[in-house]
Amino acid sequence: MIFRINNLRSKFIVVCLLPLLWLCVDIAFDNLGSNPVQALHIRLGDWSLRFLCLTLAITPIQTITKWRGMADYRQLFGLYAFFYASLHLLGYLLADHALMWRIIGIDIIESPYIWFGVLAYGIIFLLALTSPKWAKKRMGKTWKKLHRLIYIAAVAAIIHYFWQLKGNLAEPLFYSIIVFLLLGFRVLVWVKNRQLTKMMIPTGQRVLALAEKQGVIQEAPRKQR
Amino acid sequence: AWADLPTGDFSADLLTPTPAELIKNYTNYYEFSFNKKDAANLAQNLRTDPWSVEISGEVEKPGSYYLEDVLRQQTLQERIYRFRCVEGWSMVVPWVGFSLGELLKTVKPLSTAQFVKFTAVYQPEIMLKQRNNAMLEWPYVEGLRIDEAMHPLTILAVGMYGDILPKQNGAPLRLVVPWKYGFKSIKAIVKIELLKRPPVTSWNQFAPNEYGFYSNVNPAVAHPRWSQSSERQLGSGFFTPRRQTELFNGYGEQVASLYSDMDLRHFF
Repeated sequence: MIFRINNLRSKFIVVCLLPLLWLCVDIAFDNLGSNPVQALHIRLGDWSLRFLCLTLAITPIQTITKWRGMADYRQLFGLYAFFYASLHLLGYLLADHALMWRIIGIDIIESPYIWFGVLAYGIIFLLALTSPKWAKKRMGKTWKKLHRLIYIAAVAAIIHYFWQLKGNLAEPLFYSIIVFLLLGFRVLVWVKNRQLTKMMIPTGQRVLALAEKQGVIQEAPRKQR
Repeated sequence: AWADLPTGDFSADLLTPTPAELIKNYTNYYEFSFNKKDAANLAQNLRTDPWSVEISGEVEKPGSYYLEDVLRQQTLQERIYRFRCVEGWSMVVPWVGFSLGELLKTVKPLSTAQFVKFTAVYQPEIMLKQRNNAMLEWPYVEGLRIDEAMHPLTILAVGMYGDILPKQNGAPLRLVVPWKYGFKSIKAIVKIELLKRPPVTSWNQFAPNEYGFYSNVNPAVAHPRWSQSSERQLGSGFFTPRRQTELFNGYGEQVASLYSDMDLRHFF
């Protein structure tokens, strides 16, 4: 199983570039409709969000299917989420605003929906920066803490999507349900683990008492007040 | 239909009209779909013939008028106007239309008429979102203050690019108020009422903090969720900077006096 997945990985790297190729073809053939710049934003933003969802889906899939060794895919999809988000940002700065910084500044200050986009991008930028294996090793526990920020990035990305729209909320609603389910899975796991820990405490105390009774240990450690 | 109409006053000579194909394929018509592309297709099912408009309320001569009779009375002109959507895009449309004020004069408004309410067509069997009671209260309603309605820039359009109006662009009769955000320019009008009090308008009712009754184009007053300082012009390509939005969409010279004593931040 592991061998087959690893074999697939290099193919995945190429497959994940297809949306970009498709976009380039649509640009070349003027297929993006009356407002191509807007279409570009939506296309790249959508793909970034899709890869973010895929990234978040890896852990639940691993837990449910008990497959191992999918962490590489999580990294791959995460980096592609970053890749498409970067193109989305470049599209905004270059294609839409032609680097007119004064207008860009006003636009960002006055548009709360962009703040959430900036937050999401800031987070996945940091995560992409710390994604190499050596960074993971060096950072130890901090790495896991930092990479949990992806949950905030996902929620911020959804708000970013919702808040720019006047009416048609079908698409962001779809993604928010997906993200809700993916984050909900983690909450369930967390609750379950907590309950297990709680159940373990009395068991531990019982074992301790039994050991004491049988003279295995001298006396139970006193509770610290 | 109208090959050689005179270009009317107030048409900005410097404006290059946006290609017709772009205008026809980029229009909001929430009665049909929240998606512009689907709306343009579905709008083709709209029944527009015959069409009559009811004019009532604070007028001496209320009545229902066939559109063809109205057109016989009114002088058609081409008006090339900038059209700015609240979503942050704009286009330049060569409308064919006539002055709303001239039409209203024919029914003799009473001195009590302070506001004008426009009601769009209700065809739930064709208009999917009306049938599903989706989002807005249907039919779509818009309104103007009487002085805005009587202003010479305000027209009722029946065509564009010298031809009859495409259905997705508001056929057979739509309002065009070039200094306001596009949603004020209600499509497929069936009723015009002159009122003493301001009417409840669709978008304002849906989200009063986001869409004001006036909705004058104003780069200084941001929408609560996005800036209105610039706009993407349809037809402009990649790497072309956005256009800086003008107060009253560039028609300040003609209309600023209507609002001289008003705080435009409050009455947005």
